[in-house]
Amino acid sequence: MKLDRAAILTIVLVFGAALVMAALNQMTPPASAMHVPTYVIALAGKYLCFAMLALAVDLVWGFAGILSLGHAAFFALGGYAMGMYLMRQIGDRGVYGNPNLPDFMVFLGWKQLPWYWHGFEWFGFAMLMVVLVPGVLAAVFGWLAFRSRVTGVYLSIITQALTYALLLAFFRNDMGFGGNNGMTDFKAILGFNIQADSTRSALLVISALFLCGQFLLARFVVGSRFGKILIAVRDTESRTRFLGYRPESYKLVVWVLSAVMAGIGGALYVPQVGIINPSEFAPGNSIEAVIWVAVGGRGTLVGAILGAILVNFGKTWFTSVLPELWLYALGAMFILVTLFLPRGVVGLFRRRSRLEPEPEVPAASAAQEVTG
Amino acid sequence: MLRLLALLLLLLCGPLVAHADDPLAELASGSFDTVRQGVEDLAQSGNPNAAKILSALQNGQLYYLPDHTLLIQADDGSYANAITGKAVSDDDAEARSVRINNSIRSVLDAALGSLRLFDPNPSVRLNAAGAVFDAHQPAAIPALDRALAKETDSAVKTRMQQARAAAVLSDPGAAQDARLAAVPVLRARGDEAARGVLASVADQPGPVGAAAKAAVASIDRVLQLWSLAQSVYYGISLGSVLLLAAAGLAITFGVMGVINMAHGEMVMLGAYTTFVVQQVMHAYVPSLYGGSLLVAIPMAFLVAGLIGVVIERSLIRWLYGRPLETLLATWGLSLVLQQVVRSLFGADNRNVTTPDWMSGATQLGGLTLTWNRTYIILFAFLVMAALMAALRYTPLGLRMRAVTQNRRMAAAMGIRTPWIDALTFGLGSGVAGIAGVALSQIDNVSPNLGQGYIIDSFMVVVFGGVGNLWGTTLGALTLGIVNKFLEPIAGAVLGKIVVLVLLILFVQRNPRGMFPLKGRAVEA
Repeated sequence: MKLDRAAILTIVLVFGAALVMAALNQMTPPASAMHVPTYVIALAGKYLCFAMLALAVDLVWGFAGILSLGHAAFFALGGYAMGMYLMRQIGDRGVYGNPNLPDFMVFLGWKQLPWYWHGFEWFGFAMLMVVLVPGVLAAVFGWLAFRSRVTGVYLSIITQALTYALLLAFFRNDMGFGGNNGMTDFKAILGFNIQADSTRSALLVISALFLCGQFLLARFVVGSRFGKILIAVRDTESRTRFLGYRPESYKLVVWVLSAVMAGIGGALYVPQVGIINPSEFAPGNSIEAVIWVAVGGRGTLVGAILGAILVNFGKTWFTSVLPELWLYALGAMFILVTLFLPRGVVGLFRRRSRLEPEPEVPAASAAQEVTG
Repeated sequence: MLRLLALLLLLLCGPLVAHADDPLAELASGSFDTVRQGVEDLAQSGNPNAAKILSALQNGQLYYLPDHTLLIQADDGSYANAITGKAVSDDDAEARSVRINNSIRSVLDAALGSLRLFDPNPSVRLNAAGAVFDAHQPAAIPALDRALAKETDSAVKTRMQQARAAAVLSDPGAAQDARLAAVPVLRARGDEAARGVLASVADQPGPVGAAAKAAVASIDRVLQLWSLAQSVYYGISLGSVLLLAAAGLAITFGVMGVINMAHGEMVMLGAYTTFVVQQVMHAYVPSLYGGSLLVAIPMAFLVAGLIGVVIERSLIRWLYGRPLETLLATWGLSLVLQQVVRSLFGADNRNVTTPDWMSGATQLGGLTLTWNRTYIILFAFLVMAALMAALRYTPLGLRMRAVTQNRRMAAAMGIRTPWIDALTFGLGSGVAGIAGVALSQIDNVSPNLGQGYIIDSFMVVVFGGVGNLWGTTLGALTLGIVNKFLEPIAGAVLGKIVVLVLLILFVQRNPRGMFPLKGRAVEA
């Protein structure tokens, strides 16, 4: 696998920036001008997690033509798995001081831990679940959807329904995931104080590490023979099928991989923001993740990372300076990018490569001409 | 038992006993037990002032003097003799109020209930008979008998007979024949209350218990059917809401193939138009306020329709043939529209009033039909019918169908296709606006109103089959009814989740809905 300049630059920038920020936070006194405050560390970590979600969306949307409007569901599921581990880490330090039950269960009058909470006191098991839960859900959902050739808009709409159904489910108190308050008040991760600056800095560096790892993995996948067939499926699915490939298998593999990547992003997100609740499943969140990719440049991978960081930085800035204008800006971004910037920010800087999708889906518009 | 005999005796030789044991004197005492006895006695005495005195007692306006004279306090604080009605002055310092406790209060309610059986107003008598039925005290039987003898109104008479049957059945001391005869009367009434009375004696040994048990079973069967019908009604009601929300989308998405994520915001704009129309009419023509919704319907159609045309001309027409990009751009548009409304009207819910002719409910057999739901059901079908007629019979509808079926051929025939696109999108948006008028009656009018319907609307259109208005109608009703039948089993939220999961599975099996279009258009 050969890396082009943009890819190397991305990795160096992401990882380098994370390292420098963490180092400055740890090694300089708070009074120093060089000091990076901890809230900036947490914010940067959050952006990197969102970048993982964007990367996952770009992998399926940019290279397999599957517009998922429910990817935040996988992100949130990974987050919940991590949240459950963090809840068990609280132990008897909760408000009610119950060593076996999280606070919200004591509050609801539960007597014992539900069966699906067992095992989450072990970090290894919880991390396995971070991968398995989104992965298995994606496998089941994708197998059903791709096998029966649900494509395009229909797939987008049922992914919306999926995340909406999960939103409703996680709002229920008797699901045993904390209802609409979700999980919060975490104390420790792997024995380290979760509020401590050093833990925060370490989490930022770990997030950067995972993001770069996922980026390299995604690059490897789309550059491989597998990725070439994926692009063929994206551009003309029926022709690929006629050539003897099984598009549904290719789509399923990349779909599950993407869901797992999103889940890992969610798992790293929770300890850095300190809360996970059902609003992460809100259908709007998934659609927002798509706009990150669109802004950065669909089908470029680098663009997904760039877009997620840019848009979220913009969101942070807007919501603190001009809160009432944020939705205007976000809405305008959706409209302007789709109308005038179909190749995203990255598209401004480089010539079109073979790997990128056409801004107009040729098959669809051709069909529109004939019959529509 | 003894008390009953005493009452019977009391009734048989009414005036004599009344003198011997004066209920008025009993009332004028400080002892709860005596007062209670007095209430019962007075109710049975046939005293013409009984109703007045007992109501005064209930309202805490009955007083007595040490010489056992009863006084009624008027609202202005002055006292009058309870029997003669003559004003009493000066001695109010000695007047003491007749105090009551809960046990007296319940006896008092029953007593007043049986006294109202003789009220000249039939509707009061009807209510009184209902109250006596609910209490079903054997003590009320004599009063019921007297009232029945005088009753002329057949509805009231039936209700009184039911009340009497309930009282007789609940009285273990009554003759077996009489109690057995009471069972069919209650069975004929056949509602929850009658079932309750029957069930309370169903455990008793002997033929009465057996008959009651059989009657309970038969009522249960009937009630079950009614509750089934009620569920269907709720389902149709929910389905009609879904139908209204999806009707416009059936045009923009179903016929045109435009993924309009801002569809919900068109509904929201319709609801806000209703709010504005009501405000304006309240300020300028308050006399016509009751008809504000009728004014709001065309206004909402125009507002949402015009905005729809503008959206099509400025945004959507650049994105035809790019469904996923359309989806993102219109999502952005929906955020902007929400924020515009939030800036103009504030983030709080706006109060849209329900006109008088739409509030309340009516009873149809065992069904409770609320007027606003019933009107919305009718309205939804009316809108669908109008939409189908417009597509089928108007020149514009003809052109719309021509353009969607074969754009180039339509253009070759001289149809201005871009203009038709704009009008079609405007029609779909306008219908969404109309839906907003109806939804403003049952939902909170807030900037987020539309978001709650967008996923459901898409589900309905996809479920019914894209491009098929009949499919949309049937899809909406099916989803509504399935949802309402799942609710009692699984709970409201879980029911909705189950419906969503079922829908996801359904779309997997039938990606093109219940009634897929056939032919070449399918590949578009």
